[in-house]
Amino acid sequence: MLYIKCPYCGLRAQKEFSYGGDATVKRPNINEEVPSEDWDNFVYMRKSPRGKHIELWQHIAGCRQWIKVQRDTATHEIFQTAKVTEEIR
Amino acid sequence: MSQPFRLNKEGLINRNKKISFTFNGKKLFGYEGDTIASALIANGIHLVGRSFKYHRPRGFFGAGVEEPNAKLQVEFNGHSEPNVNATEMELVEGLSATSQNCWPSVNFDIGAINNFLKMFFPAGFYYKTFMWPKSFWYKIYEPFIRKAAGLGVASIEKDKERYEHKFEYCDLLVTGSGPSGLASAYAAAKNGAKVILAEDKPRFGGTLLTDDVSIDNLSGKDWAEKIISELKSMPNVTVKNRSQVFGYYDHNMLVMFERVSDHLEKKSKFTPRQRLWYIRAKETILSTGSIERPIVFGNNDTPGIFLSAAAKEYMKVYGVLVGKKPLIFTNNDSAYETALEFKKNNVEPIILDTREEHSSELIDEAKSKGIDIRFSHGVIVANGYKKVKSAKIGKLNKDKNSFEKIETVDCDCICVSGFWTPSVHLASQSGNKLKYEEKIDAFIPDKKKQHETSVGAANGSFTLEESLKNGFENGSNLSAKITDTKTEIAIPNVNEKKYGAHDKFWCMPLPKNENPKRFVDFQNDVSVSDIEIALREGYRSIEHVKRYTTLGMATDQGRTSNLNGLQLVSNIENKIVPEVGHTTFRPPFTPITIGTIVGREVGMEYMPTRKTPMHEWHEKNNAVFVDAGAWKRPRYYKLGSETLFEASKREAKNVRENVGICDVTTLGKIDIKGPDAAEFLNRVYTNAWMKLPVGKARYGLMLREDGIVMDDGTTTRISENHYHMTTTTAQAANVLSHLEYYLQIVWPELNVNVVSTTEQWAGAAIAGPKSRDMLSKLYPDLDVSNEALPFMGYKEAEFFGVPSRIFRISFSGELAYEINVKSDHGMFMWEKMMEVGKDFGNQPYGTEALSTLRIEMGHVAGPELDGRTIPSDVSLNGLVSKKKDFIGKNSLGREAFNVESRQKIVGLIPIDRKSSIPEGSHIVQDQNAKLPNPKLGHVSSSCWSVENNNPFSLAIMKDGKNMIGKKFFAVSPLKNKTIEVEVISSHYVDPEGKRVRS
Ligand SMILES: [Zn+2]
Repeated sequence: MLYIKCPYCGLRAQKEFSYGGDATVKRPNINEEVPSEDWDNFVYMRKSPRGKHIELWQHIAGCRQWIKVQRDTATHEIFQTAKVTEEIR
Repeated sequence: MSQPFRLNKEGLINRNKKISFTFNGKKLFGYEGDTIASALIANGIHLVGRSFKYHRPRGFFGAGVEEPNAKLQVEFNGHSEPNVNATEMELVEGLSATSQNCWPSVNFDIGAINNFLKMFFPAGFYYKTFMWPKSFWYKIYEPFIRKAAGLGVASIEKDKERYEHKFEYCDLLVTGSGPSGLASAYAAAKNGAKVILAEDKPRFGGTLLTDDVSIDNLSGKDWAEKIISELKSMPNVTVKNRSQVFGYYDHNMLVMFERVSDHLEKKSKFTPRQRLWYIRAKETILSTGSIERPIVFGNNDTPGIFLSAAAKEYMKVYGVLVGKKPLIFTNNDSAYETALEFKKNNVEPIILDTREEHSSELIDEAKSKGIDIRFSHGVIVANGYKKVKSAKIGKLNKDKNSFEKIETVDCDCICVSGFWTPSVHLASQSGNKLKYEEKIDAFIPDKKKQHETSVGAANGSFTLEESLKNGFENGSNLSAKITDTKTEIAIPNVNEKKYGAHDKFWCMPLPKNENPKRFVDFQNDVSVSDIEIALREGYRSIEHVKRYTTLGMATDQGRTSNLNGLQLVSNIENKIVPEVGHTTFRPPFTPITIGTIVGREVGMEYMPTRKTPMHEWHEKNNAVFVDAGAWKRPRYYKLGSETLFEASKREAKNVRENVGICDVTTLGKIDIKGPDAAEFLNRVYTNAWMKLPVGKARYGLMLREDGIVMDDGTTTRISENHYHMTTTTAQAANVLSHLEYYLQIVWPELNVNVVSTTEQWAGAAIAGPKSRDMLSKLYPDLDVSNEALPFMGYKEAEFFGVPSRIFRISFSGELAYEINVKSDHGMFMWEKMMEVGKDFGNQPYGTEALSTLRIEMGHVAGPELDGRTIPSDVSLNGLVSKKKDFIGKNSLGREAFNVESRQKIVGLIPIDRKSSIPEGSHIVQDQNAKLPNPKLGHVSSSCWSVENNNPFSLAIMKDGKNMIGKKFFAVSPLKNKTIEVEVISSHYVDPEGKRVRS
């Protein structure tokens, strides 16, 4: 079971969180014309990298905040966590 | 009642307390502190089971977790447990143990015929033999294999015991209380660290209990006792015996299995049987020690053959002799300690040492005591079927591949030692790649992967001095980093015997023309020849050899067989062992009970039960409940001997004719507040929300980004910046997360807050033509006319002195209202409604009637919004705005969503107007068409239309709208029904929606 540092609550067990997918995908702006290829990429296309990956998790059984987690998909090592408004490099 | 193999004095058992038990029906006794194994051996019983494949007689081989043979069916404290390790299970009064895998008895086992047919059971036997014909598998082969391969019998009784889970955090977890573990725990405790020390056995001390050593002039055992009592007195230390750390998981989480009360005669009903500990440790010391490995020889599985250290442990811990005429067969010095222990107890051993004559501290001591030592010797084959009677021994030539002399010697036990294998399972589970240490012919941990540090024998250090030093240093350094405190501890003076070098020898050759079975893995009956066959047949990877032969795959995880198996493969393949590699270690290290894994999450505690505030009323009025997620909802209220069908028909009909009330508390409710709330709703829903006035409700539809319908419900504007959203019962949690996602990540600039209020409000729907009359009685001071409270209107008013919200919304298609009061007032509201409703023919209705009402109206719900439908599929495209953007809008333009023949919702009625159409039925053109019969759609919801008094269904059908008036077949292979149906409009009742507005 992973040990995830919620930027609001501190280190908590994985079972308090739910996974939310790739954090680097950006939704096209609302009320703006979007080329259909861009839209399809946003909806359907995801990378499945081996290694470092920035992903979204929600602290559903805690503060309910969505957070960013930089995790190694092969070893599960977590390098960094951040608020969604913060950058992970 | 005498115990022929019990020593008079030795041992740590309590001789003042006799414990009686039975084995295969025979009444026996042992002492408190015995295991089943030590008590049976004390009684001279060695034959305890039959082997897995050949049903060969098997006895005890080890004295702890390494035991491959002695797995018993044990009954105690009113339950029966299979595959119990007899070398670990402590004796309790009244325990009853029986042998497994034998029939009719362990002494006469019919399956033993396999032993004489063993040429038919080589490696891969099951794979090869049971392949053809395929049709034989389920009916003939599988039941046969299951019967033949059975171990114990799992109980079918309900487990009455209590199991617990515990979550714990510590600075340092120490796994094993041998010398290095004790030293680590002690040093860390002195630095002020929060320490957990876990010991698998009932007694602390590990090898200190059996080795002839002294520390600071105390015996090993006394020193261990002293350290343990000091640790127990420290508030920052938790000391646990009977506790096996069996798994090392991600982020330094270890899981421990504590056997809390199986050894107790009496316990309170709240004492758990076993406890599972989830331990998040900052640092972990792996002081798991090492396990002796055997040397392979002919018939080496005969009862009476032991690991040499186990034989010593039986003498020193339990005061039990494994035999009175022992042969000690070794390639190293440690077995000499066993020989000396026998000698001390006036038993004369013979030592067979595969090494050439040489000298060491222990060899010299054995010589000086007059022990018969034969160098360059080994056991070729053990004689005796159910117990060792003698052994054919041989003098090895210089190359150790043939014999210079062969003779037979009498013996009643053989104690074998092929050197020591560090227990690296936890290190390996942590992700540590192991490395092969030539010096000890075994794998030890390599570079750290998590926060694990292996010390002592687990790290390949086999001397006491090194183990203690290792333990003190690592315990001190690791904890000092956490606590910032370093207490100097003097390393104690150690007195131990120096061991000479071991012989890199692991398997006895066979003389010409002799071919006895030489077992590598006892528990799975894997012999040298099985591994040879696997390699001959082309299996190369050790993981494949393992699976083909089943080497190391039994419940003992190959603790005594893995390395010998690797040696064999490396010899035949002419590779060195590290090139062969090792198989993967996986948790759990020892078998653990399912009860422990489940813990308290059984029965009512399996998941939370959500009950509405009116639940008790429903119960008292014969409601039959249905699960809606965690909620319990009344499905129908049973009157007399009514069936579900009759009751739901009555309830639905009463709503159409009079009025009914339904508990709708379970609907998801979300409070939405903030100056940008309208803008937010406008983006979330497909329809327009900017102009909804205060005091009005609107039906809304939300999509996922891929255009698929996510949920529907009504949202009401309570005040300028305050909305009350409802969701379906099932989607409540998902919708909240969805809203939070967009507010926190996508549009953080919107000033909006959302919070779930589902459990704050109790809700009741009042539906039916007489609902307005009833409402006016419930709110005598309120104008509830169609003008004052029109369809989709909203009012706040006192309900008999209690604040309430009135929504004029309808799911049934009838004139209807929904009243919300604070949860605490839910029961009050419901009872008032029942009281006032009497004059109007009011009856409560459940989810079954609710479904009937919505289906015949053509209102969609979960079965239609199944994650595959877009708004136009379910005739909701009128709710999709063309003027504004919203979540999922861009996807609706996709080509596949806009083809003319796309699936659409339709209604179905049976041609005979009688046969109910099973939900899930497929719609086909021709019921006799060749398979696969093209599927035109499926039946999503079915009911008995109370309005038209015949069955009616909703279906999602290809090109649905153009199919109206045509006839098809609805086929349900599950129900074995085929029904001819006609396609009609999905709005079967009141298609213009006049009633809701009346
Ligand atoms: Zn949090």
